Amino acid sequence: MPAISRDEVAHLAGLARIEMSPDELDRMAGQLDVILGAVAQVREVAGDDVPATSHPMPLVNVTRPDEPRPGLSAEQALAGAPAQQEQRFRVPRILEED
Amino acid sequence: MSDLTRRTAAELSGLLASGEVSAVEVARAHLDRIAAVDGDVHAFLHTATESALADAAAVDAARAAGEQLPTLAGVPIAVKDVMTTQGQPTTAGSKMLEGWVPPYDATVVKNLRQARLVLLGKTNMDEFAMGSSTEHSAYGPTRNPWDLNRIPGGSGGGSAAALAAFEAPLATGTDTGGSIRQPASVTGTVGVKPTYGAVSRYGLIAMASSLDQAGPCARTVLDAALLHEVMAGHDPLDSTSLKDGYPDVVAAAREGARNGIAGLKIGVIRELHGGDGGYQAGVLARFDESLELLTKAGAEIVEVSCPSFTSALAAYYLIMPSEASSNLAKFDAMRYGLRVGPQGVEAPSAEQVMAATRAAGFGDEVKRRIILGTYALSSGYYDAYYGSAQKVRTLIQRDFAAAFAQADVLVSPTSPTTAFQLGAKLDDPLSMYLQDVATIPANLAGVPGMSLPSGLADEDGLPAGIQLLAPAQADDRLYRVGAALESLLNDGWGGSILDKAPKTLEATK
Repeated sequence: MPAISRDEVAHLAGLARIEMSPDELDRMAGQLDVILGAVAQVREVAGDDVPATSHPMPLVNVTRPDEPRPGLSAEQALAGAPAQQEQRFRVPRILEED
Repeated sequence: MSDLTRRTAAELSGLLASGEVSAVEVARAHLDRIAAVDGDVHAFLHTATESALADAAAVDAARAAGEQLPTLAGVPIAVKDVMTTQGQPTTAGSKMLEGWVPPYDATVVKNLRQARLVLLGKTNMDEFAMGSSTEHSAYGPTRNPWDLNRIPGGSGGGSAAALAAFEAPLATGTDTGGSIRQPASVTGTVGVKPTYGAVSRYGLIAMASSLDQAGPCARTVLDAALLHEVMAGHDPLDSTSLKDGYPDVVAAAREGARNGIAGLKIGVIRELHGGDGGYQAGVLARFDESLELLTKAGAEIVEVSCPSFTSALAAYYLIMPSEASSNLAKFDAMRYGLRVGPQGVEAPSAEQVMAATRAAGFGDEVKRRIILGTYALSSGYYDAYYGSAQKVRTLIQRDFAAAFAQADVLVSPTSPTTAFQLGAKLDDPLSMYLQDVATIPANLAGVPGMSLPSGLADEDGLPAGIQLLAPAQADDRLYRVGAALESLLNDGWGGSILDKAPKTLEATK
């Protein structure tokens, strides 16, 4: 039985906000099944006594003094925007007209 | 070809300082070389001809005015396209960012500019640094200068190929699972992944934040050290940037080349030396010869065992996609980059635009990893996959600690094989992933690693690499041992390994 089904891949693609064609779903499901089969061994390697490490360095919060200072200008910040209007990001409409 | 393009960065630095050549001459020689060969190699996605010549002219003017300049002032460099460059396109090899010009420089790029290096342009890479062959670039593959039908490694294949094709004496790279070291190995160049946190990640387009590390790519160990010194340093803009522990790597490289390595203990990692890892015979033969040279130079070779390394690849391919799926969520079609409307929908929702844009903007490998990461992080699977992988990470760190208690430096072949044919592994992602089997443990534990050429494999005459690993914040050991080994190998070869490269590129002109 495959570790991951085509339906699951379709569900994950939805969660990840990636549109996928039926062909793409078929191909991806097959490949992910092979990959998951190969990586599944991690479940048997370490017991409950081994703590998880999420990062190579012990992390601490780093803060800076809360002082105002110049940032990007509005023009610079908007320079990469796909669309803009009145010095703002213009994004696709999500509500119906009325 | 101009002789200037065959020079190392250290040599160019000397020629520039003494006034024998101008920075403009050096820049022009490299730009001419790029114009002549990059149609075949495709190491560059963008060449910054005008700004490079202007920057070079500014260095010449400063020198003429008697200004004290940094060591590498006027030396050209190629920058991996994953690093933001103010005023120059930055795409990370993806259609998603096609045409995007960042409003700011990555800290690494800022450091290069402050050190007055001349930025030649941006190098090709696997999309969002995902791949081991640079075939996953949305702009077409880079080719290996040793054989144009073969891959230059990945994801930093563009940077490595630019060095091997003499288009640039220095380049930058990023290494999440081996993307600096593996391309170095298959192109006969030198690549270093510094200790995690030694080089700022600010302005690097992130793949997996707990693994990504920028580092130097060069043709010699000393050149890598000179560039490492410029790139590294504390950066308040990166919360994971190290505050201290920056050893003098340039002094270490010089000391290694001069005094050798007598008395050092070098540990051979049993799990990364042959066995069932798919290692090519010629790669192992060159590795064993390097060990013999190190022994003759006075180092003591010991065998160490790191049993958890056999699970490193599996842990990596759960942790990396998990972090990548989160990092790439920012490509949402709203603030920058590509925006695609779904077909046949009059008033699409933001979600529909996002899904259509991500479908059109991401390539197969990126989609695969985002889905894999989304799966590993999803409810019900999180503990079994992601949580277990993080435990393996603990075991790998323990293995490193035990191994470094027995040896000063660890060694293995860098990549199990020499450069494979373009297209050979494109339909087999798992086989592509195996290329990084020896390099991944260093990323999971945050320790530094270097790859340098160990010779040419008997089967195909292509470069093989040897990997050196050191404890965190002991990057200088890599340079000391690397420079010593490089000097011994060059004595045997009668020069640099790149002198043995077939004249593929000259023949095509």
